[in-house]
Amino acid sequence: MTGWREPVRSPEEPALHEPGLALHVEDLTVSYGGAPVLWDIDLDIPKGVMAAIVGPNGAGKSTLIKSVLGLVRPVAGHVRIFGLRYREARRRVGYVPQRSSVDWDFPVTALDVVMMGLYGRLGWFRRPGRRARAEAMAALAQVGMEDYASRQISQLSGGQQQRVFIARALVQQADIYFLDEPMAGVDATTERAIVAILHRLRDAGKTVVVVHHDLQTVRSYFDWLVLLNVRIIAQGAVPETYTAENLRRAYGGQIALLDQQEAPLVEPVPEPEPKPTDPHHLEAGQS
Amino acid sequence: MNPLALLGDYTIQTVAIGAALLGAVGGVLGTFAVLRRQSLLGDTLSHAALPGICLGYLWAGARQLESLLAGAFLTGALAAVTVLVIVGRSRLKTDAALGVVLSVFFAVGVVLLTRIQQTGGAGQAGLSSFLFGQAAAMLRGDVVVMGSLAGAALLLVTAFWKEFKLVTFDRDFAAAAGLPVAALDLALTVMIALAIVVGLQLVGVVLMTAMIVAPAVAARQWTHRLEATVLLAAGFGIVAGVSGAVTSAAAAGLATGPVIVLAISAIVLVSLLLAPGRGIVWTALAARAERRRLRGRQVLLTLYRLAKEHHDPAYPAEKGTLDAYHGTETAGVLGRLEAEGLVRPVSHPPEPTPHWKLTSKGRERAEDLASSGEERR
Repeated sequence: MTGWREPVRSPEEPALHEPGLALHVEDLTVSYGGAPVLWDIDLDIPKGVMAAIVGPNGAGKSTLIKSVLGLVRPVAGHVRIFGLRYREARRRVGYVPQRSSVDWDFPVTALDVVMMGLYGRLGWFRRPGRRARAEAMAALAQVGMEDYASRQISQLSGGQQQRVFIARALVQQADIYFLDEPMAGVDATTERAIVAILHRLRDAGKTVVVVHHDLQTVRSYFDWLVLLNVRIIAQGAVPETYTAENLRRAYGGQIALLDQQEAPLVEPVPEPEPKPTDPHHLEAGQS
Repeated sequence: MNPLALLGDYTIQTVAIGAALLGAVGGVLGTFAVLRRQSLLGDTLSHAALPGICLGYLWAGARQLESLLAGAFLTGALAAVTVLVIVGRSRLKTDAALGVVLSVFFAVGVVLLTRIQQTGGAGQAGLSSFLFGQAAAMLRGDVVVMGSLAGAALLLVTAFWKEFKLVTFDRDFAAAAGLPVAALDLALTVMIALAIVVGLQLVGVVLMTAMIVAPAVAARQWTHRLEATVLLAAGFGIVAGVSGAVTSAAAAGLATGPVIVLAISAIVLVSLLLAPGRGIVWTALAARAERRRLRGRQVLLTLYRLAKEHHDPAYPAEKGTLDAYHGTETAGVLGRLEAEGLVRPVSHPPEPTPHWKLTSKGRERAEDLASSGEERR
């Protein structure tokens, strides 16, 4: 099969670096021209866990995922997935971007979107055929959306759109999945369905990394936790990492509000100084 | 004159074929431009073609189409690259960068054009026709040039269909899946520039953007599939091109390019107004129906609750009460509900005012509504 980008490995480099880990990030620093969005990130996620990346707004959670996937060029540092560079590991990675990152009025059906997950395996010049269709339908069935296959995507609810995005990642048949805020703006039923899908993936030995915004559900959904606020605040198994002290360090003064189950009202003051512009805003301007 | 007879005319045939080619390629690539929110890019590229046309003329020393179009393509591409550099390296947003580049390139073009016109020279007169297009100047050879450019662009779109589709819909996912997104962006931009070059002689630099944007906007109204949108846009472009060419030939003194643009604009207008699901008229009618349905349900529920409060399933509610409760005249709603057999007018002496009560069917419907409303809560 001809892929879009065949792995290139220069002979003098060691082939594998930390192959025992699903994800290994070392010295990663990212800046959009101003103050760093991510500062000196060292991160290890073992295989087969369901990990949450949690932190206040502007902590760099999405940027972290995007740098891992090579969508953002870091100033320094490197990333390994199963010991490989991203380009070499690409076929083993599934990705669910933020739902708001695409135009849902785009003229495609739910099935079209799911089939896009197969394009990478198909490679150049090959069109998705009957088998691709069947695979995409199976993925839609897995997320309970088979009845909506021929719906135009703007006719779906937010939760349904999110499930279509997850189905697109499922057909990638990856070993590690990155999901950017999959539970944002979906109803409780959809959230339960999504968590069930992700738990099934983990139980099948896959690694699942989720940017998550709801502290209340960390303990019930996840077994691994990364607390991020520009720097890594804490990382490890949830029971040891999900502590009041760590949360206070990640969220600063907002923890009192969070105890009352409220969303943060004040922008966090991360160290170093908060960047002047929101990274998403900047990216939108560049694209 | 009979328009079909006009199509037998050799000159008009030439123009019509050229216009059809332009419509097809503009529709196909325009769909991608519009979906990528790059409608304005077409405008900038076409205006930036003017200095290229002048440079092409100076280089060839004559009004030779190949060198003019090559010049147009080169300065168009230069403009596109300039926009990318400005957006990447400065804090200017894309729309501002497009505006700046458009005006600078077009100004240079106009300066060059007036300079060439003053120094004179054989055949320079035709040059200014590139501003608004001049169909009469088109030769069969020009159609061959246009046809090969259009063919090349359409071939590329077909070959890389799924890649263009994915990078247009979800750039991040495409990049993560290993697509060379920067190269695909560039390819699409180059092809949009090609489409513009194809239309320059016919429609001119000023109006050319309409042939990129309009067919796509119209087509998007009628379908929910990318494949269908692209084909329909090409079809609209062809229809507008041919009908514009024939119309301007039938009525002497009408410039072909602007008439073609008017034709595609008419298609856009009809599509924006009438397309089922998305048209303005269609959505207004749908919204009105929905409002009526909602109002009907509300009045039905009010009658139901009043009956419940009075422990009388056939409780006659005074119309004034209903009007006051809903803050609006309810006669129309009650009339529609009566037509459905859900309510019935009754008299309630000694009061002389009109009263309404639920029929048994209306009561059942109201009970359904009330219970489903609670479920949702």
